[in-house]
Amino acid sequence: MSEAAPPVKTIKTPMRLEFQYTAGVATSRFLRGIAQGKILGQRCPSCGKVYVPPRGSCPRCAVATEQEVECSDKGTVVTFAIVRVPSESLDVPLPFACVHVLLDGADVPFFSVVQECPLEQVRIGMRVQAVWVPKEELAPTLQSIKWFRPIDEPDVPFEKLQEHL
Amino acid sequence: MREVAIVSFAQSVHARRDPRNEVEILMPVVHEAVARSGIERPFDFTCSGSTDFLQGQPFAFVLALDAAGAWPPIAESHVEMDAAWALYEAWVKIQTGEADTALVYGFGKSSPGDLPEVLSRQLDPYVLGPLWPDAVSLAALQARVWLERTGRSERDLAEVAVRSRRDARDNPCATLAGEFEIDKLLADPYLASPLRRHDCAPISDGAAAIVLAAGERARQVCERPVWIRGIDHRIEPHALGARDLASSPSTRLAGEKAGVGRGPVDVAELHAPFTHQEWILREALGLGDEVVINPSGGALAANPMMAAGLVRIGEAARRIAEGKARRAVAHATSGPCLQQNLVCVLEGE
Repeated sequence: MSEAAPPVKTIKTPMRLEFQYTAGVATSRFLRGIAQGKILGQRCPSCGKVYVPPRGSCPRCAVATEQEVECSDKGTVVTFAIVRVPSESLDVPLPFACVHVLLDGADVPFFSVVQECPLEQVRIGMRVQAVWVPKEELAPTLQSIKWFRPIDEPDVPFEKLQEHL
Repeated sequence: MREVAIVSFAQSVHARRDPRNEVEILMPVVHEAVARSGIERPFDFTCSGSTDFLQGQPFAFVLALDAAGAWPPIAESHVEMDAAWALYEAWVKIQTGEADTALVYGFGKSSPGDLPEVLSRQLDPYVLGPLWPDAVSLAALQARVWLERTGRSERDLAEVAVRSRRDARDNPCATLAGEFEIDKLLADPYLASPLRRHDCAPISDGAAAIVLAAGERARQVCERPVWIRGIDHRIEPHALGARDLASSPSTRLAGEKAGVGRGPVDVAELHAPFTHQEWILREALGLGDEVVINPSGGALAANPMMAAGLVRIGEAARRIAEGKARRAVAHATSGPCLQQNLVCVLEGE
């Protein structure tokens, strides 16, 4: 073996796989609801929790969730973060607040961003409402909800949100 | 050795393209297996087999726990292999005395991706993987060597496909079933010579689940427990060029260790995703013409990746539970060209 031969330290092996992801039955119903400007969750027949977006099952009870429940597009901020780094997939000006919103009628928080308010005012307990794209632009995608904006309702006290934090 | 029995088995219909998500496919299967087992949750141990590469999502196996129920917290494990190996892990867990009951499940949706390409990602990443040899092409290399070695013909391969699809007419879960004329099949073009479409397993989305119980517990809950009398798995060298592709020494050894030859075999469910592999497996396990091979139609009728091996064990057990067989052999494979093989021997009381 030649001592002069340099070690092979790296090799390039490009890899690309394409997938046609299927949302599943429950999430497809949710997405069709979004295309009509509605937020559809599903209730667990065992513990009663409403999941949104639904995946067709309750992870706590391991049973199928089939009962459809329409949730409000109003909700409460249960946690938030101020984002100061750009993201390829979120087309909002920096900095912005990403939030978990507990929609009225739901038991799990829903991911979105808050706009139309100074960032220092975003807080846990703040009441917000979805801002939808114009009706003719509604489509089966979460981009149909542009963001959430604050509404003029009193804050929900922290104690009432504890289960969802 | 502790006695371990299969007390229930359930599987989904293995559709070419199932519109449900993995949990939606898996949950009714798990519920059915649990209900049939007569055992109340939680199980002492839960083990699953799946791979995130099929659905292109990281940690998909964690999401799948929604189907099994992981609250309050359960003792749980996962193998990135066919769920037949999850069954093996559960069997070992019961042998250690840490569990008396176990739920085993496997699931896979192959439809979202290009399966032969996805499977090439299990090859070694330095030398073979970068060449992207797809699973059908690799199997064709093996089929060619086998045909040359044995002097058999492509008609012998097609006969396996015709028999499998015919038997699958009685299998409501099969992806592919029916009566086919051998000459018409042989008139089809090659996918990768010498293999034609009928030589390759269909692409299926599906899931399966089995409940295991030890000794007395199995007898309490089950009228006809199916006992695992022997189980073993062995692997070949990773480099395909370092192997004799026309035979399967790992299957032969696993079969010997599992005790296949210690008694007559009525039925064998062999996990052969390609027609020539059934011939190789029969030879490795010493199964003669008197043995009924793949009465379910085998993987050539339904091939839900990561579950098809577990289905072989379930189908073999079902025939014993129904009194149609006294002693059965089930086999599962994983990896390209029968890379790794598991054999188990099943008997009634």
